[in-house]
Amino acid sequence: MPLYYLAIPLIAVIALNLAFKEMGKKISFWVTAAVALLQMGLSVAAVILCAQTGSALKGQFFTSISIDFLSAVVLLTIGLIAFVSIVMARVMDRENIFNFANLLLLCMLGMNGITMVTDLFSLYVFIEVTSAASFILIAIHRDKAELEGSFKYYMLSAIATVLMLTAIAFIFMLAGDTGFGAVRKYIDGLGGAFPFQIVIAFMLFTAGLSIKAGLVPFHGWVPDAYSASSSPVSVLLAGIVTKVSGVYTLMRVYRDVFGSSPAVGHVLMILGLLSIFIGALAAIGQKDFKRMLAYSSISQIGYIIIGIATGSPLGFIGALLHFFNHADFKSLLFVDSAAIEMQTGKRDMNEMGGLASKMPSTGASSILAFLSTAGIPPLSGFWSKFMIILAVWAVSKAAASLALLASLITLAYFLVMQRKVFFGKTAEGMQDVKEAPRGIVAVEWLLSAITVILGVLFPLVLIYLKGIGLI
Amino acid sequence: MNITILIILLAGMVVSAAACVMMRNLLHAAIMLAITSAILAVAMFVLNAPLAGVFELSVCAGLITVIFVSAISMTKTYTKEELKIKSRVRLKRFAFLPVVLIVVFVVLCAFIWPHLDASLQAAGIAQAGSNVQDTIWNKRQIDLLGQIIIILAGVFGVVIFFKESEKK
Repeated sequence: MPLYYLAIPLIAVIALNLAFKEMGKKISFWVTAAVALLQMGLSVAAVILCAQTGSALKGQFFTSISIDFLSAVVLLTIGLIAFVSIVMARVMDRENIFNFANLLLLCMLGMNGITMVTDLFSLYVFIEVTSAASFILIAIHRDKAELEGSFKYYMLSAIATVLMLTAIAFIFMLAGDTGFGAVRKYIDGLGGAFPFQIVIAFMLFTAGLSIKAGLVPFHGWVPDAYSASSSPVSVLLAGIVTKVSGVYTLMRVYRDVFGSSPAVGHVLMILGLLSIFIGALAAIGQKDFKRMLAYSSISQIGYIIIGIATGSPLGFIGALLHFFNHADFKSLLFVDSAAIEMQTGKRDMNEMGGLASKMPSTGASSILAFLSTAGIPPLSGFWSKFMIILAVWAVSKAAASLALLASLITLAYFLVMQRKVFFGKTAEGMQDVKEAPRGIVAVEWLLSAITVILGVLFPLVLIYLKGIGLI
Repeated sequence: MNITILIILLAGMVVSAAACVMMRNLLHAAIMLAITSAILAVAMFVLNAPLAGVFELSVCAGLITVIFVSAISMTKTYTKEELKIKSRVRLKRFAFLPVVLIVVFVVLCAFIWPHLDASLQAAGIAQAGSNVQDTIWNKRQIDLLGQIIIILAGVFGVVIFFKESEKK
């Protein structure tokens, strides 16, 4: 099965460009949407198979790739967000749909590779694949702001690359291999007496992946890249690209390579808490809808990181579920902001007001998304945050209290956003605003339905996870 | 291992890399980048790590396309007056660079290198016996696939940034 995740998007790219070049331009949307849906279907099967058998699905031909429960959930998320992004591109940017579809497929290939490889060097190669496709996607219209956002992302990614490659070199020097299993075996064999190269490798890897994940203090590129890029690209970046390149890789590297230890936990806990607070505080002061969402993303990714930092199965599964939930509700919020920008031509929240009556679907889905982000029951975001905070409480009561406090800040800035954008008097010039096109509304309801249904059925998910021994 | 040769190579690599960044002519910058890559590959060979040298070249081959696209898309042709002003600003901006390079070089040679030397030798010996062909085609096929995809992404970058802007 793992081979399909690489073969299908690659065949789709080749077919769109070589076999049916003219026709390819017409069918690029349908092919890409079909690939994304197929990936979702395959991933649901992979999640169930991995959960029931408790073992990883091995790859054919490429023996160094495999899918375990963690990869399967991430692959499912990639399929979902890619589908949302291509639908948005069709509605909002039909002129560029062919290029967008091709780059999206290449980006999916990169992310699928990151998710399935079991080797540090291969991980780096596929991070580069994802980054290369992302740089071009961000600057796809060649606007000055887009090029600037892309350039900032590119420069910081180059620094991240140097840090990660140096870390891999140090590890290779000592362990003589870059495979996850071999490196883990070497590190376990040290019995806690780590040579200084391994300590440096850990620090460099953490810094490199933190840049990719947009964690504080490495978050400088995030607001510019998210707000400068077109809406379908913002959804893709915020929804999945930074999460797979930075957050998933952190999860994978600390679980399978470095292993959980108090020292690793402390570093991640500090990074996570810093991101939660600084992201949330910066979000309060924003006028631009997309920049506010970008800072909110930094804050929410902090929750995933503190879940990983606990080193416990509960914290880890909570982090994984928050990974999926955040991809869902943050993409929904970016879709809402795109709908508003498309219909009003504005992104400054101070110039908006009373849009709930003009855009009821967008308004309702925005409320669901922000309640889920703030961790209000019974929506899906509540459960994953609840699991993370329970896991953090067991490790550090102070850290858990701080994380809870930050949730209140999240609620505050989203309430301010709702009041400014959707409630109150209809702003000047917005009397004739209409609901977004059907494609956007369909995506809004798809993502809202996932938030609600997953939230309501979450106790069953928990029982299932407990039954198979994952928590 | 001849450390003197290695230090000379690394110093040359830093100089060519800095020149690559500071060159205004894109072709010259590309040549400097190729030189950087070649020196690094030689350094890896000196370190008895031909495999790493092969990786260096292959990774660069993939990344070069993307680097070119990004660099060219950020440039425009300046007038002579603009060029003078830019050069002055650039010189001021990079005035600190030689000092930083010397400090980094001294720190590397004096403090980091003695710790790394033994590990580097061990790593070199560990992989000296491995067959490059076997490594690339049997053990690291997935990396080759990744590099092919990077090149594909680079091609799309060229199409989007250049071919389509020519049409307009």
